[in-house]
Amino acid sequence: MTARPRFRMLAAGAVLALVAAGCGSSDSGSDNAAGFTPPDIPMKESLGAMEGEINILAWPYYAEDGTSDPNADWVTDYEKATGCKANVKYFKTSDDAVTLMKSGDWDVVSASGDATLRMIAAGDVAPVNTDLVPNYKDVQPFLKDRLWNSVNGQMYGIPHGWGANLLMWRTDKVSPAPTSWSSVFEPNSPYAGKITAYDSPIYIADAALYLMNTQPDLGITNPYSLDATQLAAAVAVLKTQKAEIGEYWSDYLQHIQSFHNGDSVIGTTWQSNTNALAAEKVPVEAILPDEGSTGWIDTWMVGANSPHSNCAYAWLDHIVSPKTQAALTEYYGEAPANAKACQYTADKNFCTTFHAADAAYVDKIWYWTTPISQCLDGRTDVKCTDYGDWTQAWTEVKG
Amino acid sequence: MLHRHPGLRLSLLLTPPILWLGVAYLAALGAMFMTSLWGQNDFTGKIERVWTLDNFHDLFTIGVYKTVTVRTLGIAVLVTIVDAVVAFPIALYMAKVASPRLQRLLVIAVLMPLWASYLVKTYAWRGLLSSNGLIAWIAQPFGLDTPGYGLTATIITLSYLWLPYMILPLFAGLERLPNSLLEASADLGASGARTLRTVVLPMVFPAFVAGSIFTFSLTLGDYIAVKLVGGTNQMLGNVVYDNVGAANNLPFASAVATIPVVLVLVYLSVVRRTGALENL
Repeated sequence: MTARPRFRMLAAGAVLALVAAGCGSSDSGSDNAAGFTPPDIPMKESLGAMEGEINILAWPYYAEDGTSDPNADWVTDYEKATGCKANVKYFKTSDDAVTLMKSGDWDVVSASGDATLRMIAAGDVAPVNTDLVPNYKDVQPFLKDRLWNSVNGQMYGIPHGWGANLLMWRTDKVSPAPTSWSSVFEPNSPYAGKITAYDSPIYIADAALYLMNTQPDLGITNPYSLDATQLAAAVAVLKTQKAEIGEYWSDYLQHIQSFHNGDSVIGTTWQSNTNALAAEKVPVEAILPDEGSTGWIDTWMVGANSPHSNCAYAWLDHIVSPKTQAALTEYYGEAPANAKACQYTADKNFCTTFHAADAAYVDKIWYWTTPISQCLDGRTDVKCTDYGDWTQAWTEVKG
Repeated sequence: MLHRHPGLRLSLLLTPPILWLGVAYLAALGAMFMTSLWGQNDFTGKIERVWTLDNFHDLFTIGVYKTVTVRTLGIAVLVTIVDAVVAFPIALYMAKVASPRLQRLLVIAVLMPLWASYLVKTYAWRGLLSSNGLIAWIAQPFGLDTPGYGLTATIITLSYLWLPYMILPLFAGLERLPNSLLEASADLGASGARTLRTVVLPMVFPAFVAGSIFTFSLTLGDYIAVKLVGGTNQMLGNVVYDNVGAANNLPFASAVATIPVVLVLVYLSVVRRTGALENL
């Protein structure tokens, strides 16, 4: 894994370009879904002695100990302070994370919003007692008690950091510069065969978001809450799009290579990929279109049967502490969850660039959330499609 | 003691491999088939152990799985044909023309790609087939272009990957073919082409079958090459992978996985009818 994110200034340029002029049109802030009843897993009541070891399951770069890059080290301090030896495993996709958590071997996991509810419902993670995590009080209020990290007002994790799924294009191949997701969804694109999209059922939400703006009659108010008719409409959009797709990407290295070689010239991406490409001097630009986007937010959760729960809580507090957050999120290229992290970033404008404290910007992002049959938008008169339906639909889209 | 009890000796020798075959192969297949008859809680991914035919019902009634099966089968057949056509002249040269020294070198050369990682080779083809890759660079002066990522690219890549598995059985089959037969054919006035058609090909047919079992079944189960060079296409392996990884729907994944098993069984029974298996 050599493509390490090298962001900072490059990232700043790319993200400044997307300064959101618009007013947030969505109302993702109001989470009023009648949730489901999660399995009864006991919550930790008080802290005890450290167990001397912790097993961490994380997204790449989230638990670096300085061995692959001396500038990236947010584990050594923790190990010294707590005496907990960290065993780290990185996973590649949310689905991997869900499968791995079923083994019960992991004390903590950095789960994205499309995985959290699945882990909660399966009883693989425990509710988190936020009183035992002192740094939780500094987490941005707009990240607390949301659909993807809590059930019925009970937090199941500590927010870590977030970013939007961006629209990226090769500036030398795509002209004029796109301003909207319609450039990847509308038929007869001049870039047919060179468009790329994310290879996961969760990408259906991107099509649903596009429909929210283009076909308001469908009545979609949350792209993760689709009834059968709405899902069918999103699938139709994706089938039209498929004719224009060069390839779907799920492996970020494959994705970076495609843009590097010009096999893909426009499509959805993550900030860290854009930064890696910019570092390779590939002429790319990425924006958050005005109509908003889907995005991801990662939450540190605790395994249901964690044998090292004290080390786990110490990790939760360490990883969302201001200084660790500043170092990690600046290295990775995402907005930190802890408001105080902004004082410690090397680039003083980092938090502004990534809109870390910008609640209006956050409202334009529909964070990955696992679709479940109880409609997340609060409708009770219909049954919504769940992740199983979405997987089925995604197979049909690919044909 | 073992020396005096040949029966005991034999059973000690045979028990481990038979256990391995029975437990690791057949029992696993049986467990997979059993899983395919269970249900699943869509949200939590927990398997619900109630007998149901829902998975197979979905498999047969939802059109996309038929499309994927036909596509996978087509790719497997084409890869097998391409490999057979490419491998035959190479194997013939190795077995009948090359000097013993060159023959050894060629066997090593054929085996060499097997030492490299599957992923490295597939990524190499990804680079070659890219729109600014080597193939495009060579083809463009002639007004041609790279096939790009898609079905053609998948067939090329898989044919490359499985070629040694076709060459080696063919080479072994041709080596067993006595030179005296070729000489007799020539003495009786047959041309080279006629000798090939009426003497060599019928004699090495079982070797073709042996090779095709490898290329055919390896292709049926593949899912990585098509992800890297297949553009937007998916094969049966991808559907299995998505249902294990993304949807966590093991019962349905097992149901899909029985398709290639059935296809290979059908293929083997067809091959058995030709009598080729007895000559392997």
